[in-house]
Formats: sequence, C-alpha cells, structure tokens
Amino acid sequence: MIRLERVTKIYSDGTEAVREVSLEVERGELCVLLGPSGCGKTTTMKIINRLICATSGKIYIDGMENTSINENELRRNIGYAIQDIGLFPHMTVGENIGTVPALKGWPKARRRKRAKELLELLRMNPVDFIDKYPRELSGGQRQRVGVARALGGDPPILLMDEPFGAIDPITRVDLQNEFLKIQQELQKTIIFVTHDIYEAIKMGDKIALMKEGRIVQYAPPADLLYRPRDEFVAGFVGADRGLKGLQLIRTKEVMWRSPPTTKPDEEVMAARERMEREGIDWLAVVDDEGRFTGWVLSSHLEEGRKVKDIMSTSAITATRNAVLSEALSLMLTSGPNVLAIVDRSNRLEGVLTLQAIQNALREAAQKEESQ
Amino acid sequence: MLEAYQFVSRHPEMLAKWAVDHLWISLVAIGIGAVLGITLGVFITAKGREPMAEVVLYFAEIMMTVPSLAFFGLLMLLLSHIGLSAIGFLPAVITLILYGQLPILRNTCTAIRQVDPALIEAGRGMGMSQRQLLFKIKLPLALPVIMAGLRNAMVLIIGITAIAALIGAGGLGVPIFRGLRNARMDLIIIGGVSVSILALLVDGLMAMLERWITPRGLRG
Repeated sequence: MIRLERVTKIYSDGTEAVREVSLEVERGELCVLLGPSGCGKTTTMKIINRLICATSGKIYIDGMENTSINENELRRNIGYAIQDIGLFPHMTVGENIGTVPALKGWPKARRRKRAKELLELLRMNPVDFIDKYPRELSGGQRQRVGVARALGGDPPILLMDEPFGAIDPITRVDLQNEFLKIQQELQKTIIFVTHDIYEAIKMGDKIALMKEGRIVQYAPPADLLYRPRDEFVAGFVGADRGLKGLQLIRTKEVMWRSPPTTKPDEEVMAARERMEREGIDWLAVVDDEGRFTGWVLSSHLEEGRKVKDIMSTSAITATRNAVLSEALSLMLTSGPNVLAIVDRSNRLEGVLTLQAIQNALREAAQKEESQ
Repeated sequence: MLEAYQFVSRHPEMLAKWAVDHLWISLVAIGIGAVLGITLGVFITAKGREPMAEVVLYFAEIMMTVPSLAFFGLLMLLLSHIGLSAIGFLPAVITLILYGQLPILRNTCTAIRQVDPALIEAGRGMGMSQRQLLFKIKLPLALPVIMAGLRNAMVLIIGITAIAALIGAGGLGVPIFRGLRNARMDLIIIGGVSVSILALLVDGLMAMLERWITPRGLRG
C-alpha cells in the first residue's frame, strides 16, 4: 500500500534529516514510526504526503509514485492528524470535519451527514457537538474531532503525528483504545508517529524504530521487545520489557470468564463455602441484572450476616479491550488483587487476577524465547 | 460658543453640506485605501516576500511623517504636470489613500503572520491550495485585526480631510480655515467639533461592524 524506497532528505544547510529509509506498509496495517526527537520520524511521514519533498528516493502509494499525482489531490486522499490538532477556530465541529469533503466538492447535506457519522464513530453525540466551536470543547473532545477530521474524506491512508499527544494520560488511554477498535472496523493503512514506546507497542502492528534519520529496526512490537537488533534498540526498549509486554496483551485474553459471584442478599456462610470450594479469597458481588457492585473478601467474613452488610463496594473496573498494563494499574488502586471486567452497562464479564497476569507474561516470554 | 450655536441654527444647510462633503471624501479614500492596502498587505506577506514587506512598510511609515500640508502641495505640482486637476477632490483623495495605508498594511501583515502555523500546516496537509488557505483560513482569522486597522485609518483620514479644504476639496475644514482667516471663533468651533463628532461616530459604527464580521468561533 505504501512503499518507501531509499528515501533521503537533506536540507539546504546540509542537515541529513532522513537517510536512505526504505519501508513497506501493507494495506490495513498500522505502522508506528518511533524514535527520540530529531530522529526523522515526522520528516519521513511528511515526505509521504509531500509536505516535505524528498531529496532522493521514491514513494509509492498503491503502486503509483506520489510525485505523479497533483499534491493537493494526493493530500485530499490521505487523512492527516497532527499533534497540535489544528482545528480551525472559526469553523464549527461539523465544518472542520467536512474540510476535506468540501475540498472534494461534496454537497453540503452529504458533508453534514458524514460529520454526524464520524462524531458517532468517535462516541460524541452529533446533536450536541456538530454546531459547537473548537473553543467550546475539552482537550480530549478536540483530539477526537481532530481524528474525525482526518477520517472526513474516508481516505484509505492516514498519517498521524502524535495524534494523542496533547491530552492527559487517562483520556489518552481511552482514545487509544477507542481508536484501535475503530481501526479494527475501518482497516485503514496508517503511519503513526510517536516518541512514546508504550504507545508504539500498544498501537503498532509494526514499529519502525528510527535513530538519526535511519531505521534501526522494523518489526512487530514483540520482536522489538524480545529480540532487539542492537544495543540502541535494547536501550530504547528499556530493561523493563516485562512491564512493556503488558501492553501487548488484552484483558479479554487472560481474564477469568464467568467467575464465581455472589448476590447482596446471600448469606455470608454460603459465600464462604463457595470461596473455599474455588480456593480463592474473593467473590464478585453482582445485582439481579448481573451488574458489578463490589467485592466480598475472605478477611472480612462475619458469621450470620448477609453479603450486603460486609461487602466493600467498588467502582474500579476495566473493559475487556483494556491492555494488561492499564488493568494492572487499576488493580493496584482497587485494593484486592483482582479487577472486575465489565461491559458498557457495567455487567460483569469476567475477573482479572494477579496470578493470571503473571502467567500470561511468563508464557509470552517463553514463546518469544523458543522461537 | 453661543455664536457657533446661532450660526448652526441659522444655516443648518451649510453645516450639512460640509459634513456630507467631508464624509464622502473620507469614505472614498478609505474604500479605495482598504482594497489597495489589504491586497498589497496580503501580497507582501506571502512566503519569500519578507524583504519586500520590510520595504513597503518602511515607505508607509515615512509617508506618515511627511506633513500632510506639504504633501498636498507636492501632489498639486505633480498632478498639474501630468495635466490632471491639481485642486479639489482628486488630490485630496489620493493623499488620504496614501495616509491610510500604514495602519491597513501593518495590521494586515501582522494579522496574517499571527495565524497559528499549526492551522496552516493542517490546511496544507488536507490538500488546500494556496488560494484556499488564504480565503478559508488566513483571511477569516485575520479579519478582526484587519478591521481594527481600517478603523484606525478611518479616524486618521477623517482628521486629515479637514486639511484638504485648503486645496479646495470642501468638507468641514472649510469653516475652520474661514474662521482662522477672519478671526471667527464660532466657525472654528463648528468645524472642529463636527470633525471630532464625525470621527467618533464613524469609529463607533466600525467597532460594531468589527464585532459583527468577527467569526463566531473567535468571539470572546
């Protein structure tokens, strides 16, 4: 889908920003350009849509050289999202999302319809937001609109330069997860620039780690973690591969499906029996609709009472698509060494235990080493 | 003061004529000056024309330091040399247009340069042509500041128009100079106060216009 052949960029002052970079990204793949600042990752990205022109080398998009197409035409078919978001402050959310469609000459009604679809896709209520101006939005909402705008003209390719850079860590994690879900559905071919190794491991199908204008290693995230090509890669990945590996696994892969539960009205005796039978020191408490409400812990058991009298209510939960690192940090704040995994309406889907995380990590490491 | 009041109540038509003449000269000058100044301002702000912008703004600044009276005289010589009317409306308007250029040019340049580079980058990355960038992004965002420059120029022009009476252009300068020649305090007051009122009025109207044309998303 995208192929770079020995692309080099030398500025007029002699700085070599990109040296002989060759890269191939398959259709529907998310390729992360990763590296410290000044490594040439953003330059490489901008050479693809010709915001920067290469000194030498060739770029093919769908087999066609990118210089063979009119540059504005080319860019209208490549979605573009930048770190500063760059929403036009004098245009409404709807008009911002409709920028590329307008440039492509779509009629107004169709642009508006498209904007509504995209707002819905990014979980923003179209009725509330379509006629708002950027300054009326929060940082996270702006970033969503920035992504929606990049998708405006339904381009097959997206270029994203630290698209989740300008927001707080919690909102960033949410947006990353939602974006991955959207990407599963849309299957765009994406070049994603970041300097954040955690983000790279989580988002990328493949990662191109860059240093001083060159690609040092281009591989799937697990390879980068467990089989670094040289010391630079190993150093960049860091000593804590175990922790970073947590970014590669999702809770749904390791959670305990249909875990033992209890109800608020149950006798404590019955609950204790179930714990002993399962060999665990916790039970998830769910209401009649199956919604998670809290935990009963073996250390708090008192004879002759109901579960609701001794349970500790808890609102700390994760979804099945959360990666293990997020789940682990939630678990550490939730108290018990267990975490409830719930769906959108807070119904219990499973339970994640510390043991399960350890097992998953051990397996992953063994699998990588045996290959 | 009383004489001035009596004069106005006896000859309201004269005051009206002077005021209308004055306003008309100023409006023609600001109209042409705006088109000229904004176009030139946009032109010299384009990438790679920074040296040109320096030179143009420098000349506009020098222009402001030349006494308007001297300039009227210079222009009279020049116009009569090329066979055009050396007195009245034409030289007045030409001078006023030139005097109005500095605030218009300066504000146009500043406003366009101030547009957030991230917005230009986003626009370019989405496939906007230079012309689309100008009309869809740069100009709408620059509009409030350009408008402030126009207001500035307009007040300046209304003031200088009073001097244009010396070269026979009419307007509220007529009673002022007539009063000066004949030691008629009432006429000087009528002319002076009217110019001030006119300037304040037009400034207020343009402030409203400025607010009205500011894109909704930018209003505080």
